Amino acid sequence: MRLELIPRSDVSSLQRTLAPLWAILIALLMGGLIVAFLGRSPLAAFKVYFLEPLTDPWALQELAVKATPLIIIATGLVYCFRANLWNIGAEGQLIVGTIFGSIVPLATVGMESTPWVLPVALLLGALGGALYGSIPAFLRVRFGVSEILVSLMLVYVAELTLDYLVRGPWRDPKGFNFPTTPNFESFALLPNLASEGRLHAGIIIALLCAAVTWFVLNRTLFGFGIRVAGEAPRAARFSGFNANRMTIAAFMISGGLAGLAGIVEVTGQIGQLKPAISGGLGFTAIIVAYLGRLHPVGIVFGAFVIALTVYGGEAAQITLKLPLDLTRTFQGILLFCVLAADALTTYKLRIVRGLHA
Amino acid sequence: MAEVEGANAPLCVLDGIVKRFGDLTANDHISLSLRAGEIHALLGENGAGKSTLVKILDGLLAPDEGRILWQGRPITLASPEDAATLGIGMVFQHFSLFDNLTVAENIAVAMPAGVGLRVLNKRIMELGERYGLALDPKREVWTLSAGERQRIEIVRALLREPKLLILDEPTSVLTPQEADTLFATLEELARQGCALLYISHRLEEVTRLCDRATILRGGRVVAMCNPREETPQKIASLMVGTAIPPLHDRDNRPADVRLSLRRLNAAPADLHGIALKDVSLDVRGGEILGLAGVAGNGQSELFEILSGERAAPQRGMVLIDGEECGLDGIDTRRRKGAAFLPEERNGHAAVGALSLPNNVVLSRHATSDIAPRNVIAFDRARAFSDAIIAKFDVRTPSPLAEAGKLSGGNLQKFVVGREIIGNPRVLVIDNPTWGVDAGAAVLIRQALIDLAAAGTAVLMISQDLDEIFAIADRIAVIHHGAVTAPRNVRTVAREEIGLMMTGGQGASHAA
Amino acid sequence: MIGFWESILLTVITAATPLLIAALGELIVEKSGVLNLGVEGMMAVGASTGFAVATLTDSSSIGVLAGIAAGMALSLIFALVTLGFAANQVAAGLALTILGLGLAGLLGAKFVGTSRIAIPPIHIPGLSDLPGIGKLVFGQSPFFYLSVVLAVGVAWFLRRTRAGLSLRSIGENHASAHALGLKVLRTRLLAILFGGACAGLAGAYLSLVYTPFWSPGMTAGRGWIALALVVFASWLPLRVFLGAYLFGAATILQMHAQAASMGLPSQALSAFPYIATIVALVLISMRRVGATPAPGSLSTAFVPPR
Repeated sequence: MRLELIPRSDVSSLQRTLAPLWAILIALLMGGLIVAFLGRSPLAAFKVYFLEPLTDPWALQELAVKATPLIIIATGLVYCFRANLWNIGAEGQLIVGTIFGSIVPLATVGMESTPWVLPVALLLGALGGALYGSIPAFLRVRFGVSEILVSLMLVYVAELTLDYLVRGPWRDPKGFNFPTTPNFESFALLPNLASEGRLHAGIIIALLCAAVTWFVLNRTLFGFGIRVAGEAPRAARFSGFNANRMTIAAFMISGGLAGLAGIVEVTGQIGQLKPAISGGLGFTAIIVAYLGRLHPVGIVFGAFVIALTVYGGEAAQITLKLPLDLTRTFQGILLFCVLAADALTTYKLRIVRGLHA
Repeated sequence: MAEVEGANAPLCVLDGIVKRFGDLTANDHISLSLRAGEIHALLGENGAGKSTLVKILDGLLAPDEGRILWQGRPITLASPEDAATLGIGMVFQHFSLFDNLTVAENIAVAMPAGVGLRVLNKRIMELGERYGLALDPKREVWTLSAGERQRIEIVRALLREPKLLILDEPTSVLTPQEADTLFATLEELARQGCALLYISHRLEEVTRLCDRATILRGGRVVAMCNPREETPQKIASLMVGTAIPPLHDRDNRPADVRLSLRRLNAAPADLHGIALKDVSLDVRGGEILGLAGVAGNGQSELFEILSGERAAPQRGMVLIDGEECGLDGIDTRRRKGAAFLPEERNGHAAVGALSLPNNVVLSRHATSDIAPRNVIAFDRARAFSDAIIAKFDVRTPSPLAEAGKLSGGNLQKFVVGREIIGNPRVLVIDNPTWGVDAGAAVLIRQALIDLAAAGTAVLMISQDLDEIFAIADRIAVIHHGAVTAPRNVRTVAREEIGLMMTGGQGASHAA
Repeated sequence: MIGFWESILLTVITAATPLLIAALGELIVEKSGVLNLGVEGMMAVGASTGFAVATLTDSSSIGVLAGIAAGMALSLIFALVTLGFAANQVAAGLALTILGLGLAGLLGAKFVGTSRIAIPPIHIPGLSDLPGIGKLVFGQSPFFYLSVVLAVGVAWFLRRTRAGLSLRSIGENHASAHALGLKVLRTRLLAILFGGACAGLAGAYLSLVYTPFWSPGMTAGRGWIALALVVFASWLPLRVFLGAYLFGAATILQMHAQAASMGLPSQALSAFPYIATIVALVLISMRRVGATPAPGSLSTAFVPPR
């Protein structure tokens, strides 16, 4: 007995858009089952996780803060994933972005207010990520080495580099031996947007990135090339696009955005560097990218869904004593459901009795 | 079961085999018989039905009608494994090998379970000695030449001790020396009593190697003969037919040379590629030059270098309007006035998942105003697309439909129109009406004639001789990567062309 | 000073053993052409389930079996999605990691804070009491001996058996393998399950021998290290053995690095294996452009042609 995949000939764009929604629904049902298993009311959990945060203005700000880096990284991943380039090193590019971007703020600790520090920090952050992202691209173009393996290895290297810096040369001498850098001055931080709450300007940057990506992907020749390269490499060549240049460009943009996300996180809400600066944002962003079907608008939506699960999880832990691990479990189930739903829009599934393939 | 006795009884008889795919009858009541110890050629152009017939013999396809007799008894083959157990082995044109594994491992993995590796190694060495198939069991396959890789496939087949060995276009990837080695092997196999079915379109080999030949055309057997007793002209004419080409009214004003190839030599890009040898060709404005040839003789390689998808090895080998362009990219060549249309609609000339206007952007962004400053103006692309649809009678469910939704003929009309609108100075088109319905074919061919009449130089690569004779002014033949001197379509005999296509007399003249 | 080095060696062995076991499992998976990034998740459920069941049944052996089963169960989900649905393996692997970490936390929540007696090392009367090498060679944890047997067994399986050859062919070129009649999907399914079992076993080792208790996050990225290990070892089992000990030694040395100021920061030591992996990939590729020791079909989905 085996599963047979038959390509579907006719898939409407409506079906394609609905697929992730079906996935969310099924994932919610499964999550509800687990909650019941843990001895709590699924309905109460649903309320706390998903409904209440949406009605509380402070919570909404928190959602935006959490969604910000996810949006930025995931929109960057679109450039690579749509062209069939597997950048799984966004986490590393993010970390290098935080490093590069923190150079100027750390150098200006204790100085007078200087307005150009913040923009320079953001730029350097993006630059650092772009340069780091160009490594797997270059190695793939020049030597044919797998970008998956190289970008993954570089994540470890980036983590260790950050670890070295915050424990060594960049450690705050007045920090009681904690492995953190000095705090940035306030002029090196992203401005707050709300009088009450932690919403910072990063969300604007994030939405801008999404909008620009939408434009580039759908309106420019470069974005056209990315889409064609992923669909039909021979046609891309016929269209005049150079695969090597495209690879390097896609990775640099993707890395640059991951780096930008990193420095936005640091200048937005953390205000210093420490070892576990990211907590896996680069990998969570991959879920967001898939949830959003590699489309900038979908990604914004997906980032908020994920942010909701994280925030809701924190709230549920307090009010319902539901463990935080439930959030992670739900995220994993959700991604599996999205992948399955995605496959089902492309293929029809049939159970066939007979020989295994 | 009654058996046919007799020392000279045929080993395998195909009796009235019919195979249809929808409307197409690939095999139309084909009968032939194979004897032990004979090397039997199966000749025919592409589309004649050779591959289908052979897949039936190998158990990959089941015939709709007719039967196969093996040693006098009717049999059914449900799978290649059935065929192999019976004693039918096949060496495909495209190899199923594993580059990073050794020769011995590649052979072992294809054997049914139960054969020990050491025993296998011994048998590989034995076979190597007996048939001249030298192979080092320890080498990794990626280090081997095409000829050596083919030996692995042959050894795989021989280890099953076949009584009938089928070879599909075996010399297409071999050097002349490797081909000689192969022939020696095949002759030895025949001497030892194996029957061989040798599929090819290359007359010089067939004449050298084979005792009997069956010629297919249009799914039917048109002749059986002894290739050593017939003239190559006769055989070629049987393969391609002798129909007198319909004359067409063409006003052949001599014009300037627009597209030039000068002594183009290019190594193959990959293992299964063909090297281009000293190709020189001039195409003038106002003419259609048809390049005939059986598929797999270098047409794709030539197209890639002409279009710029692959750079020419040196300057001065490809010229448009007298200007060097061999090192230019495809968009630069387009800006110099050239247009290109490859053979494959799906995934090369067009992208099925993209809408028609986006498919216009695909090849016309450099030569139109639809992407000013690299930003796509969708309304202009749409207008362009609508113009093509109107002018070339493209039937589409909607103007914004995805290209994949159109029928083959309509998509082909669209992409041909896309390249022609704007009157390029040079057009290189590969198989313009392949897989296209009759109505669309007529429209496309007329469009090409009109284009030439307006002064464009058209180079048309085609496997369809009828088509070339119908619309081209001159005809050249590509064979084994070399191109013959072009001849006037009205004065050349069709059999001569057939002869050139099969590598017979008159082949390989450099201009 | 023998005692000092002996104790260092012992800690290296305990650090390397779970890496080795998990990496060997992933090696088989990748050799069959599948990239499963979810090793960390499967290890976590193995640790958590193993400890939970061991506590409930008061039997560490049953706990170990439960850990193996948990790893396999999780890998089955991955197999369903990547083989059955032909979904993207990278995304599915990440989903597996996150799901595994989450489930592990949920399953182990009740058992945080409790502990068990660790599974003791073996003791062969006479041999284990030999001075110097006695404890080192004959007095290790049963998991250590298992890991050695596993390494040798995997190497032998791949190199010398028919089934191993089939698996390698499928990973190398699944289209050719299918054309030759090999069972691509079934082989990959079995490989994925084996990988899950190994990851689960490695996890059970952590919670039943190494610590021995369960706490969230105790896998501490070992699953990711195991993934790097496979690449570092160019997909060769005996090199995985060496690599596991190298990585294990690097981890131990890093912990002592504060004292030993070798001029090089400890993180550089830890980063060395990853950088070396990249360099190795490049060098091999230079030998033949585009060549890679990686299985040719790695991470590409196989949809049987109809």
